[in-house]
Amino acid sequence: MTRAYPLAFLSLLTYGLSIPATADTVYVTLEKDNALAVMDGTSGKLVKTIKIGKRPRGIALGKDAKQLYVAASDSNTIQVIDTASLKIVGKLPSDEDPETFALNPAGSTMYVSNEDDNRVTVIDIAQQKAIKQIPVGVEPEGIAVSLDGRWVVSTSETTNMAHWIDSRSLEIVDNTLVDPRPRYATFTADSQQLWVSSEIAGSVTVIDANTRQTVKSITFKIPGVTQEKIQPVGIKIDPQRHYAYVALGPANRVAVVDAKSLEVVDYWLVGQRVWNLEFSPDLKRLYTTNGISNDVSIVDLENRKVLKSVAVGQNPWGVAVKP
Amino acid sequence: MTFLHYLRALLGIVKRELFRFVHQRERFVSALVRPLLWLFIFAAGFRSTLGVAIIPPYETYILYEVYITPGLVAMIQLFNGMQSSLSMVYDREMGSMRILLVSPLPRWFLLICKLLAGTLVSVLQAYAFLAVAWFYGIQAPPEGYLGLIPALLLTGLMLGSLGLLLSSFIKQLENFAGVMNFVIFPMFFLSTALYPAWKIQESSELLYRLALYNPFSQAVELIRFALYGKFASDPAIYVTIALLIFLAAAIVGYNPSKGMMQRKAGP
Repeated sequence: MTRAYPLAFLSLLTYGLSIPATADTVYVTLEKDNALAVMDGTSGKLVKTIKIGKRPRGIALGKDAKQLYVAASDSNTIQVIDTASLKIVGKLPSDEDPETFALNPAGSTMYVSNEDDNRVTVIDIAQQKAIKQIPVGVEPEGIAVSLDGRWVVSTSETTNMAHWIDSRSLEIVDNTLVDPRPRYATFTADSQQLWVSSEIAGSVTVIDANTRQTVKSITFKIPGVTQEKIQPVGIKIDPQRHYAYVALGPANRVAVVDAKSLEVVDYWLVGQRVWNLEFSPDLKRLYTTNGISNDVSIVDLENRKVLKSVAVGQNPWGVAVKP
Repeated sequence: MTFLHYLRALLGIVKRELFRFVHQRERFVSALVRPLLWLFIFAAGFRSTLGVAIIPPYETYILYEVYITPGLVAMIQLFNGMQSSLSMVYDREMGSMRILLVSPLPRWFLLICKLLAGTLVSVLQAYAFLAVAWFYGIQAPPEGYLGLIPALLLTGLMLGSLGLLLSSFIKQLENFAGVMNFVIFPMFFLSTALYPAWKIQESSELLYRLALYNPFSQAVELIRFALYGKFASDPAIYVTIALLIFLAAAIVGYNPSKGMMQRKAGP
């Protein structure tokens, strides 16, 4: 009887070891390699790299994570990739130079920013058809859909505006002036706020979604980093709205912002020209694409530490994470 | 001569050194303030200089203060090693060394005891510094702080035996300034403590070679890897060999019939 204990203990131990931590699959678009890097987020190992369309940038997973959408800007299309086989299975008519896009909460409609044509193309994914083109400001880039499904917001880099598009009528109903060169837009999970990053101003504008008025413009200051290097791009806000994370571009830092008080609480050093961010599905990690140092930094959000930076390929741009 | 004799001598010497460490508050404070000045003032000015490359054992980009922390730990040990050599000279001048030397135990054993005692003091100083650094935000993984102990013992013994060797050459206390100029500064600045090897190589191949062969660099690298829970075998071997050479030379140096003391005692 007593002998069985060590054995039982041993088997318990090995059982414990055999349970893998949640394995994230991280997809990264490589702007210069015309490829998609697939990384195991838990181990931080590059699994494989597949060739896709030209100048891939925006990336997002479909509702059930079976399909991956990639904006191949210079191929003028949105490519559909099957996440199981990693084969390109289709394409969506995005019109010219798609850079970024957003999906509605149901995952049935896609809104694409056409940077050169100053338009937002609305695509019905099931029918693979463009159903409308909405004229917006000059050089639209950031695009966001509120989780309550009411709003689609497009930000235009040159007009310096956030255009509020009613998702039912697909018409612009309001505009909010934001700081110069808005890059990225995202709603909080409760759809109450819109956050827009402004590259040249080096700020993030927080807008009340009900009044469409600016609540606050968050600015950043990093000891030892010149102000013009602080160029905010990607923003991720946790669903509980505890913290927001802002990629600061050539400042090589991710800013941690208290999402309630809207104060910056910390800066984390990551790779060069950090561009876009994504959470792991369990919200324990954050992945950053670092465009110039050609790697992805993995941040442990529980311990608030950058764990490692993994080389993925030339000019990593966008990132999506599958559970 | 039994084992107990040896043990009693070892404990006695270690106790004396620890007492000295506890009672000389200024020495402890200065041992702590020196690396902290480097960390808070010097490193702050260069914060972002290293954000361009990933150097093992680090797995991501680090701030300069994170980089120089292991180097500053080694600096504590370097100063401590030189300081205990200074105290040997002092003991010799003041005559308290005679008390030690009348012991019937072999001299090499007494020297090793002295060395161990000094090393233990340097380990305490290093952890005190790392504790302050921890609150400053320089935090290594927990296993690193444990794995650091054997590394610090080895590097402390090596730098201490270098100090012992030097003390066998130094006749007077005043000569310690020479040790600062000709040993501490070159060893510290020509090492990987303040800048990574590849940075030195960018400016000069010769300096890079010299830095690599500098035993202090190897000590720094051993400490750096250990602090991140990794064992660096090459620096470990290098430091061990340096320790054996310095220690053997120091033992010869302190041998009254062959060593430097005899010759120095002079006419």
